[in-house]
Amino acid sequence: MTVVASSRRPRVLLSLVAILLSVVVFLVPFAFILLTAVKSRQEASQLDFSWPTQFQFVQNFADVVQARDYMLIIAFINSTILTVASVSILVVLAAMVAFVLQRRRTRWSGLINFLVLSGLIIPPAVVPTIWVLQKLGLFRTMPGLILIEVAFGLSFCILLFRAFISTIPRELDEAAVIDGAGPLRLFFRVILPLLRSVIITVVVVQSVTIFNDFTNPLYFLPGDQNATVQLTLYNFSSAYSTQYNLLFMDILLITIPPLLMFLFFNKRIVAGMTAGAVKG
Amino acid sequence: MKRSRIALSVLASATLALGACSAGSLGSSDDEGGGGKVTLSFLTDNQPETVKIAEGLAKDFTAKNPDITVKVETRPQGTEGDNIVKTRLSTGDMTDVFQYNSGSLFQALAPSKNLTAVDGFTDRLDENFAKTVTFEDKVYGAPFGNFMAGAILYNKDVYAKLGLQVPKTWDEFMANNAKIKASGVDPVIQTYGETWTSQLFILGDYHNVEAAEPGWADKYTKNQAKYATSPPARAGFEHLQQVHDAGYINKDFASAKLTDGLTKLAKGQGAQYPILSAMLSQLIADNPGTENKIGLFAIPGSDTAKNGLTVWSPSAVYLPSSTTGDKAEAAKKFLDFVAGPDGCASQAAASQPTGPFAVKGCKVPDTVPQAVKDMQAYIDQPGASSLALEFLSPVKGPALEQICVEVGSGIRKADAGAKLYDEDVKKQAQQLGLSGW
Amino acid sequence: MTAIVEKSSARSRSRAAGPAGGKRAKSPYPNWFYLPAALVYAVLFIVPTVTSFYFSMTRWTLFDSKFIGFDNYVTFFKEPALVSGLTHTIVYAVVTSGLKVVLGLGLAVLLTSQIIGRGYLRSVVFFPVLVSTIGVGLTFTILMDPEQGLINQSLAVIGIDGPGWLTDPSYALLSVALVDVWKGVGLATLIYIAGIVSIPQEYFEAARVDGASAWQNFRRIVLPLARPATFTVILLSLIGGLRSFDLIWAMTRGGPGFTSDVIASVIYKQYQAGFYGLSTAGNVVLFLLVTAIVFPLSRYLNKKEVDL
Repeated sequence: MTVVASSRRPRVLLSLVAILLSVVVFLVPFAFILLTAVKSRQEASQLDFSWPTQFQFVQNFADVVQARDYMLIIAFINSTILTVASVSILVVLAAMVAFVLQRRRTRWSGLINFLVLSGLIIPPAVVPTIWVLQKLGLFRTMPGLILIEVAFGLSFCILLFRAFISTIPRELDEAAVIDGAGPLRLFFRVILPLLRSVIITVVVVQSVTIFNDFTNPLYFLPGDQNATVQLTLYNFSSAYSTQYNLLFMDILLITIPPLLMFLFFNKRIVAGMTAGAVKG
Repeated sequence: MKRSRIALSVLASATLALGACSAGSLGSSDDEGGGGKVTLSFLTDNQPETVKIAEGLAKDFTAKNPDITVKVETRPQGTEGDNIVKTRLSTGDMTDVFQYNSGSLFQALAPSKNLTAVDGFTDRLDENFAKTVTFEDKVYGAPFGNFMAGAILYNKDVYAKLGLQVPKTWDEFMANNAKIKASGVDPVIQTYGETWTSQLFILGDYHNVEAAEPGWADKYTKNQAKYATSPPARAGFEHLQQVHDAGYINKDFASAKLTDGLTKLAKGQGAQYPILSAMLSQLIADNPGTENKIGLFAIPGSDTAKNGLTVWSPSAVYLPSSTTGDKAEAAKKFLDFVAGPDGCASQAAASQPTGPFAVKGCKVPDTVPQAVKDMQAYIDQPGASSLALEFLSPVKGPALEQICVEVGSGIRKADAGAKLYDEDVKKQAQQLGLSGW
Repeated sequence: MTAIVEKSSARSRSRAAGPAGGKRAKSPYPNWFYLPAALVYAVLFIVPTVTSFYFSMTRWTLFDSKFIGFDNYVTFFKEPALVSGLTHTIVYAVVTSGLKVVLGLGLAVLLTSQIIGRGYLRSVVFFPVLVSTIGVGLTFTILMDPEQGLINQSLAVIGIDGPGWLTDPSYALLSVALVDVWKGVGLATLIYIAGIVSIPQEYFEAARVDGASAWQNFRRIVLPLARPATFTVILLSLIGGLRSFDLIWAMTRGGPGFTSDVIASVIYKQYQAGFYGLSTAGNVVLFLLVTAIVFPLSRYLNKKEVDL
């Protein structure tokens, strides 16, 4: 994919500079997390970038996992449920909205576009939201939090989907309609499969956002037995005393799921986005 | 089409059903159902010493009452924690019992509406403490932890080496600082990496304010006294600015954290640290063998004769009105235990006591650190200690820490800081609906 | 075969649903597709947002509320931190989105060119997007420590006395903005890569025939044809920047003093202090501000996009 470079020869010097810079800017912070996570408490509190004199990986790992009644494991289960459920709902609902919104201009379109954009920019009003959830009996329940994540995430997903649906030629719809497809069939059998590459992007981005969400679980699903992984950071970062080695071990552990997701989808994120765009 | 729509709704409801069973608890058995057993949930802040005390109390209580299990939950500290407590109370979603501040923060919980008064152990409580958990003549809390002082912890070795005396007035203090600085030690430790630690020169100075202008707290509540216009009150802000301007504070004051400050003090890199005396337990845990190297003196004022210690009342365990039935009965037993001699013993075993207990007849062990003995001397001497302003007036602005950081870092001048703080408290007073604001 | 059955059932169903939809029923884009999303969105987002207008005019302690008219707004605009917070918010949003556009485009061009280790570089640039904001904030707070922090210790090695990134009032906000860029530039790069790769190859081939230089390629082909990507990046990062809160809170809590306070953190502080009415009023103010900036901008950009 030579785009800008008119020559097909790799640029060795530029590459080396880029790789060197990337190591300094992007890898060193992660190396720091990794190193601090395996140090002893005293050594970690020095906060320097040094090779640990003694490796405490196993002990720190065990300490973090066992802390507060295996809270991290509970948190991982909760976060997984939250992420999987909200992302599944989000993808289907947002794609449906984006599809109709992109395809059909009515006098409502303006209003809907406005609402979608509003969802992206308006900071949610926390206390009134709690008040509504309570009226519905959903406050402090997992379904409540799932719906909250769906409501807050819709806008972004709709915008992404809409952009990519606009690259799918209308002729495809028309062909499908002529073939006798109803709206649901058109959407689920024709459009949705075409969106697969974008869906991967949405799934990755939203999973990461929701998995990394800190504020919403804090307010809408309080209580230790409901903790999500981001809240476990509190355990090791108390205002009075900080156990940096455990804190960083925790950061390390909760970074693993996004990392796996990334390794798994790495190629397809970019390939997926570009494929979706190229279709146009 | 019908099929796919059904499939969709099945999918949706399946995910919801799946979501409904959040993981709950692992690793500990939670047998609530059978045999008249009751499990109480107990919310505390997440400071390590607090958690130790709470878990110690839970364990010792269950040992005495095998039918009742207490399960500790934690919340963040500071304003974030205040918010969680208030939200959960207002939504009827509080744990069965919870630990929270006494004084003005307790008053802000609307106790008559959200809490259940407890009376069984009232006569056992220290009067000063009882006042801080009383609302409309009813007592609501059992003391958790110890009295503490907002004072200056100092390194006795540094003092001894330089032949310094404990200062009673600000001028003596500054004179000491000059000598300490000349010897190459940082005279005053400040740790704005944790903003709350910046407030001690103001909050810990309240005994001196009260001594200079008796009844200041009342006038303050009625909007008749202000920090900016009352010289003894403004002095706190001025002191904060002076130690910065004179270069008496440690170089890394802006980023240092509490832990760093305590370590500096323990190692003698810094001589004096204005902080809450409760931080001693962490100081000693982090720097073993320093029990008798660290002393304590009250924040110096303008008058030798009137200098004294500003004291914080312990936090308390409360019973929210959302707890009812068997759980309420069990919770009352628990509070009674906490406010009794067994509770004191349990707390003392869990964490080094750093001040007197608020239960009559509970004595701190003789092995307490030197600083606690110094503190006790002030408390035992009549008229040499007062409760902090937050226990005498409900008016406390939320931005004091940030303002103190600004004044203590030279970003804002003392008088401007005092004025800004007066604006800040106005919101709180109006929110509380106090008259005169 | 089944398709025909489904089609007819779809028609009868939507007809039965509403007589007004008679003509629309034929549309392959039925309005009820909006319904499930609209329901969730209306109940959990629109209703709270609308009620917040009422609550913003109350003195609200969570335990009870009292109507006080516009007093909260008056107090809010007298809040000294708000005035500086307003400037900080705009500075932060402009700096982060500007840097994300420039760096994102530069990186995207680099990462679509013939370069060794392209796959690795793409991965490593994108990875911070996936890491928890709180985690990143805590890590960089430590790396930026003026005395012990890795950044200043490294600078000291080459003889530079690094500033107190987060503790010096004049740097704190910009330092957080830099970390924001560090974390977010991967997404901008990704959007640009998608935009650049979707440019039809014929353009470049034609350019090559004309003997265009790399710079001309960039200037005449990539820049104009990647414009939709630029709009997306600008809008997303501007919105993110104006609303930004997590990172600032994790790193400086608005400090030292009030020097890195943005509107979102001022609101949060009021909220924390229990001034729910006041905080909700701040919410409304932020809402109006962001709307005033972003809606006209997005309309303008959309128009341009259509023009293309």
